[in-house]
Amino acid sequence: MALLEVENLQTHFRTPGGINRAVDGVSFHVNEGETLAIVGESGCGKSVTSMSLMRLIPEPPGRIAGSIRFAGRDLLKLSDREMRAIRGNDISMIFQEPMTSLNPVLTVGRQIRETLMIHQGLDKQAAEAHAVEMLTLVGIPEPKRRVGEYPHQLSGGMRQRVMIAVALACNPKLLIADEPTTALDVTIQAQILKLMLDLKRRVGAAIILITHDLGVVAEIAERVMVMYAGRKVEEAPVAELFRSPRHPYTQGLLGAVPKLGSSLAGTATRLAEIPGQVPDLRKPITGCVFAGRCALATDLCRQYAPGLEEKGPRHIAACHYAAKGAIAA
Amino acid sequence: MSVPLLQVNDLKKHFPINKGLFGRQTEFVYAVDGVSFEIARGETLSLVGESGCGKSTVGRAILRLFEITSGQVILDGQRIDDAAPGTMRQMRRRVQVVFQDPFSSLNPRMRVRDILAEPIRNFGLAKSAEDLEVRVTSLMDTVRLPREALNRRPHEFSGGQRQRIGIARALAAEPELIVCDEAVSALDVSVKAQIVNLLQDLQREFGLALLFISHDLAIVEHMTHRVAVMYLGKIVELAPRREIFAAPRHPYTKALLSAVPLPEPGAQRNPIILKGDVPSPINPPKGCRFHTRCPFVFDRCRTEEPTLRATGPEQWVACHLEEAAPAVSG
Repeated sequence: MALLEVENLQTHFRTPGGINRAVDGVSFHVNEGETLAIVGESGCGKSVTSMSLMRLIPEPPGRIAGSIRFAGRDLLKLSDREMRAIRGNDISMIFQEPMTSLNPVLTVGRQIRETLMIHQGLDKQAAEAHAVEMLTLVGIPEPKRRVGEYPHQLSGGMRQRVMIAVALACNPKLLIADEPTTALDVTIQAQILKLMLDLKRRVGAAIILITHDLGVVAEIAERVMVMYAGRKVEEAPVAELFRSPRHPYTQGLLGAVPKLGSSLAGTATRLAEIPGQVPDLRKPITGCVFAGRCALATDLCRQYAPGLEEKGPRHIAACHYAAKGAIAA
Repeated sequence: MSVPLLQVNDLKKHFPINKGLFGRQTEFVYAVDGVSFEIARGETLSLVGESGCGKSTVGRAILRLFEITSGQVILDGQRIDDAAPGTMRQMRRRVQVVFQDPFSSLNPRMRVRDILAEPIRNFGLAKSAEDLEVRVTSLMDTVRLPREALNRRPHEFSGGQRQRIGIARALAAEPELIVCDEAVSALDVSVKAQIVNLLQDLQREFGLALLFISHDLAIVEHMTHRVAVMYLGKIVELAPRREIFAAPRHPYTKALLSAVPLPEPGAQRNPIILKGDVPSPINPPKGCRFHTRCPFVFDRCRTEEPTLRATGPEQWVACHLEEAAPAVSG
């Protein structure tokens, strides 16, 4: 059953240069216990999508339209008070930069306790005990001492573990992780990814993973949604997407990443470039959003925006030329 | 091999930090603590490692953006770490740099034309005003930017285009070596591919040597001829690309490579997950600096520091497990 159903999400911002259509008509769903990855490059709207789900977009200048149904309720119709009861409790979030998302003047123990006391109505002692338990769960050594420490006393990897502890303290049904390992070194990234996989198995929360790193996607996602210029251009189960990407943008993205070990296999070639750059979202776009950079684009693409069509089992893409089954490029 | 373009001998850079009420108790950050390597003409050497391993400090020491603590930096047979300002000026032309962040490394008040003309004027490379104009426009062609962009300022460009301007500025001085300090790390995937391809083309065209400083191992493998892996201010392994990626010897290199997530769902992987964090470079561990996180640690590692030993032609490893090999001096 779908835990989260997003329909025709539109998040627009009023700017001096016109209305920025950061997210423009995106629909998707997340099943219970499932991991969905949202991938795309800077400015594709992936982070704005996640902020919209949490209703963390300042309005004005922002404006969210469409519907976001979580466990049967439309989050966009809730009062601020009702929304506060959901944030951190049913849906929680991990951000990219653990230094700026933890409060520097409060101990980490207090930051974990806070969510527990507000949402679960625990008293201070019980919350403190649970905080120590959470730190143990996320693999922080000496948790009893660490609960009394401040964020600056911890390393980057430790802080991200604390963020995960805060996010999971109330057993959320949905965890939104926005570039959770991007700021971390590769050996620390490996630790955090392993932790997220372990916790997912134990806690059973659904995860929306926002990232630009296709390696991380392959590692932990079950289903992938590719965004470009505020739209969803392709969606498929992870193995299917990497095996037979249908949208020219997805194909370009996969071709632009060198694979570790390719120099040994003798498969190292010149990296595929996607020429040009992302269109200005403040100007209305007619036709396909990717037409300006696409090698296959024709007049049809420049005039009519392609709809999302089924191209394979549970595989959809928005392209006039991405043939069903067979591959165009 | 003839004289290498660049030789770095036992380079050390310790940054003092003042503590105590009047700043009298001085401690040091041992950012780079005895690093030696060479770069041949037209070669790419990559420095890899995690944050705080000292790889950027090595790059900056070569550019002489600060004075080094000890050691030697030799460019084309001539020491530049202690060169007098007059000599240094001519040497600076031969070593240029491309920084990570194209947003903060270009002066927002200057037009692209002036950004590119400055090094040409500074080093007296143009014979006349016409020559200067010819050089500036051909630089734009070289980095594949439209000529009419010369009159615009940096804020009018995207990140990838700015990085092209940064590369054009480096090329303006007609260097022999370019230090690329995380030059493609801040860019999006598709733009990153454009810049990587550009750098490879330019290297071939001008016979440039590159010191490619990066934490992105897949890009490094794609770009490089040789790799030096750094950990806490030391080189732990130095080898040609093939040896590093096919048969890494040092436990840290192995862990680093195995930790990179592959863009292949369901790929068979057994990542070596290192425990804990990198220790502080203020108080580096005694003995082998990696012993606190090494899965193969034994008593000797805790007390005795391993030296870089040759384990094959052109391959050096600093690990007691590679004992069988004879030590290399220096």
